[in-house]
Amino acid sequence: MEEVDVEPSTTLIPGAGFYQKHLGFEWGPGDLIVYETNYKLQGPRSAGSPSVHIVRRDEDICSPILRKLFSESHLIFVGLQKIKEDVPSKNKKSQFVSISKNYRSVIRACMEELQQNAVSTQSGSLASQYGDQVSILLAIELIWNLCEVLFIDAAPAGSLLLQLLDWVRLHKSDVDAKAREVLQSDSPAQHQSYWDVVISLVLQGRTDEARQVLSKQASLRAESSSVFKRMDGLLQTMPIFNPTGTQTLTEFEVKWRHWHEECDRCLQDNTFASNRHLETICKILVGDEDTLLEQKELLSTWYHFLVTRLLFTHPTIKPPDLHYYAQSSMNMFLGPRASPEPLDIILLSAFEFDLHQVIKDCSIALNNWWFVAHLTDLLDHCKLLQSHNLHFGSNLREFLVLEYASGLFTHHSLWQLAVDYFDHCPEFGRVYLELQIERVPLDTERKAIKVLRICEDRQMSEQVRSICKIMAKRALRNNRLGSALSWTIRAKDAAFATLISERFLQDYSNKGSFTDLDLLDNLGPAMLLSDSLTFLGKYREFHRLYGEKRFSEAARLLLSLMTAKIAPRSLWMTLLTDALPLLEQKEVIFSVDQTYELMSCLEELNSGTKHSNLTDQDEDIESTKTELLRLALARNLTMAIVKEGTIET
Amino acid sequence: MFVAKSIAADHKDLIHDVSYDFHGRRMATCSSDQSVKVWDKGDDGEWHCTASWKTHSGSVWRVTWAHPEFGQVLASCSFDRTAAVWEEIVGESNDKQRGQSHWIKRTTLVDSRTSVTDVKFAPKHMGLMLTTCSADGVVRIYEAPDVMNLSQWSLQHEISCKLSCSCISWNPSSSRAHPPMIAVGSDDSNITYSGKVQIYEYNENTRKYAKAETLMTVTDPVHDITFAPNLGRSFHVLAIATKDVRIFKLIPMRRESANSSGPTKFEVQVMAQFDSHNSQVWRVSWNITSTLLASSGDDGCVRLWKANYMDNWKCTGILRGDGSPVNGSGHAAALSAVGVPVAAQMVVGAASAGRYFFPHLDSPRAGSRLAHLLPPPSLIEQIYEPDLSHAPQIRQRHTANSTNQPTEHD
Repeated sequence: MEEVDVEPSTTLIPGAGFYQKHLGFEWGPGDLIVYETNYKLQGPRSAGSPSVHIVRRDEDICSPILRKLFSESHLIFVGLQKIKEDVPSKNKKSQFVSISKNYRSVIRACMEELQQNAVSTQSGSLASQYGDQVSILLAIELIWNLCEVLFIDAAPAGSLLLQLLDWVRLHKSDVDAKAREVLQSDSPAQHQSYWDVVISLVLQGRTDEARQVLSKQASLRAESSSVFKRMDGLLQTMPIFNPTGTQTLTEFEVKWRHWHEECDRCLQDNTFASNRHLETICKILVGDEDTLLEQKELLSTWYHFLVTRLLFTHPTIKPPDLHYYAQSSMNMFLGPRASPEPLDIILLSAFEFDLHQVIKDCSIALNNWWFVAHLTDLLDHCKLLQSHNLHFGSNLREFLVLEYASGLFTHHSLWQLAVDYFDHCPEFGRVYLELQIERVPLDTERKAIKVLRICEDRQMSEQVRSICKIMAKRALRNNRLGSALSWTIRAKDAAFATLISERFLQDYSNKGSFTDLDLLDNLGPAMLLSDSLTFLGKYREFHRLYGEKRFSEAARLLLSLMTAKIAPRSLWMTLLTDALPLLEQKEVIFSVDQTYELMSCLEELNSGTKHSNLTDQDEDIESTKTELLRLALARNLTMAIVKEGTIET
Repeated sequence: MFVAKSIAADHKDLIHDVSYDFHGRRMATCSSDQSVKVWDKGDDGEWHCTASWKTHSGSVWRVTWAHPEFGQVLASCSFDRTAAVWEEIVGESNDKQRGQSHWIKRTTLVDSRTSVTDVKFAPKHMGLMLTTCSADGVVRIYEAPDVMNLSQWSLQHEISCKLSCSCISWNPSSSRAHPPMIAVGSDDSNITYSGKVQIYEYNENTRKYAKAETLMTVTDPVHDITFAPNLGRSFHVLAIATKDVRIFKLIPMRRESANSSGPTKFEVQVMAQFDSHNSQVWRVSWNITSTLLASSGDDGCVRLWKANYMDNWKCTGILRGDGSPVNGSGHAAALSAVGVPVAAQMVVGAASAGRYFFPHLDSPRAGSRLAHLLPPPSLIEQIYEPDLSHAPQIRQRHTANSTNQPTEHD
């Protein structure tokens, strides 16, 4: 396979390269930053202040109309990936053809919208931008349609030509406009385009329509009506292969040959000598190449010429023979001097059944991967890449789909479509998704949750952790402790949970109340993430029980926080102080045993190393607290002993 | 490709480095004017400078962002022989109103005795670690043990490379199969015979970095070096900017015995080599998924390289200055005008995008092809209308369409 080397395109950076010789750069998401610099650090220093230029790679992605193309084809793509499992292989072909048609109708819908916009817009530059996009889509649709006929539908001899005719008719529809113009004029037969229309219709094999237009003329010219009748007969009897009928290809060939001989006879007999137009039509009917080539204007493209030529010389053309006629038709039509253009070469490669070349040339000719990715994916599903001896078939498909999806990821909302494309790339899809998705800007909590869900669905645990960590860090920076804590819990980051719990307690000791009660009250098993968090949750629970006047439960919890060593030693004094009001209640809340335990906690605390850095004043407060606690504990012990020693009556 | 926007960076001297943050919403620039500027992308897509401050007492060579898991943290390195770590703090409310943010210096790393030529954060799975290399030939690895306290950094490792160092790159692979690995490039031109790229690998047992490989084939000065994302592969891909662009494949070889504690040995293969820059290449960098490599060289161009599905590498794009002085000889006001007519820029882009198709559609011979190709509104299913008498309805719609033919091309 020949490698066509295409000179890479050069993008000029305005105002760079004058003061300094080097261009620095930095990759961004979907763009590239360049700036003037000097790596050698010799020569004159910069005059003037440098600029930073943002170079964008793919502008199609920004077009709101093309966005529809992307989102609608995404649905078709996803549907196609599902076909694999649940359809017996027999019925697949018709499914593939209909999917191909769906893709094409999306292209056409998009083209029409672009055209309407091109006409309605006031801005000339915008109009030409739309126009450019239309002509790209036109070419894409033309190629796709041909690939559908040749590869996906793989029409056999007989049907092949009919489908090629449809292809030509669809893509050269100006005939219809002209026909209408002629027929609606006052005297159609006198119209200057009259014969152009008749011949164009004949060239497209639309004999019935040609006859109708011809009848306008015949009715005017009574004197030559027999000639017109003869032509009408020829056109009427021209055999058209019916692929759904019972007729065999051989039978059709015999019939066609008879008809062809009859046309030939008319030519020999000079039947149409009186009318040069009819003579031309007759020459077309016998497939006279010179006459066909004289109709260049009406044919307008070599592939129209090819199909017309086949129609009148080899209507039962077999797929393998196509390439010979394609090549020669192109040479005949374009002449020896003209060099074919990319579109011509792509179509020719298709006629040669060289799928790889088609895909390759399309990738080079188009800046956008949409077309090659979707077409290649479809062809791969049709198992066509293997049968055409491309051993790297699935790699090629994956390569193109990955390219397309990566492009989508640079867009602020289309990236969501890309996820499904990555999901259907078995080799590198997941790694690509991992790399791309963690770069999606987490502008809002909502967006973060959206990204997170995608990662969670795919068990991308590292990305899940990272996103939560980023969000937690950001929330903490902005002093939103509750949000920071809930993101940390999702990230399962124990160290960070400890840190935030400590901030909560710090906050509590400053303000005397907790924030984010909803979250703290509903931690559940999540509080086991770190010891500090467990304590925070339990401590808040104590406050809640206390608030609900469930004193004995509150007391039990408070005590257990210390005895089970959940509470950090530094907070024991706070906890004991919290016990004070419970000790002061009229009712006995702490039992004898519990009171002893509280006492031992207090003594344990006091026997520990004293803080040497405490001021005298602080130390005074501490010792006062201790005294108060001892007093309260002793009083409570008395009451508890009395209560427990009393036999209830 | 097209220039979508030009921003007057307003540095008083050469820009040496521009760095995007992880999500591409912020950008940091550094310059010979000893300052660093931070730019934020607004909701309108415009870039606004939100901070600008003097960072060093010499040219600032490189600036780089820490992973956002560690907060908003920058590191810079300079000719003044130091590297510094900066953290953004949530500022006063009137700062926010003015669209300004506060960056404070968390630490200055003063261990180098010569210019610090590169600074890089290690991959995030290793924790918050910062690496510098300097002209005295030492790579230093620092760690912030407490990610909440960025003023404490401890020098964990000093690797002596024996050659003046110009650039470093961490292997981004987080696979357990790959121990932490760092590649160091040298632009030492005094020693011509030795390999200028060294690869060091962390050894769990000795808790030290040990040299795993020297790329002996690279003997010319190396200016930049960068690992590609691993993509789950067993081998590593390393791009190098030297007198040309080179891409190496490093394939870890199987250890001779399971308990051998020596560093991994690699089979080194050259995947690609491009000399289109004609002379020195100064920077190389991969895009996110390493499908594209960009390089900048003495020819004044940035070139983009791409491998196809058969691993054939090709240049797919060139960026080049147009060599024109900017109007008004470089005043910020005049410069910002460069980037304005966005619509016009878009058109330039669109034209270049379709450059393989449009000329043909417009050429005299096929001049009318565009019109011929115009689709009928009746979609695919309604292609064939055998009876003319049924046609008018469809034709009607046709005409409506054909008046819409974009004639702007002619």
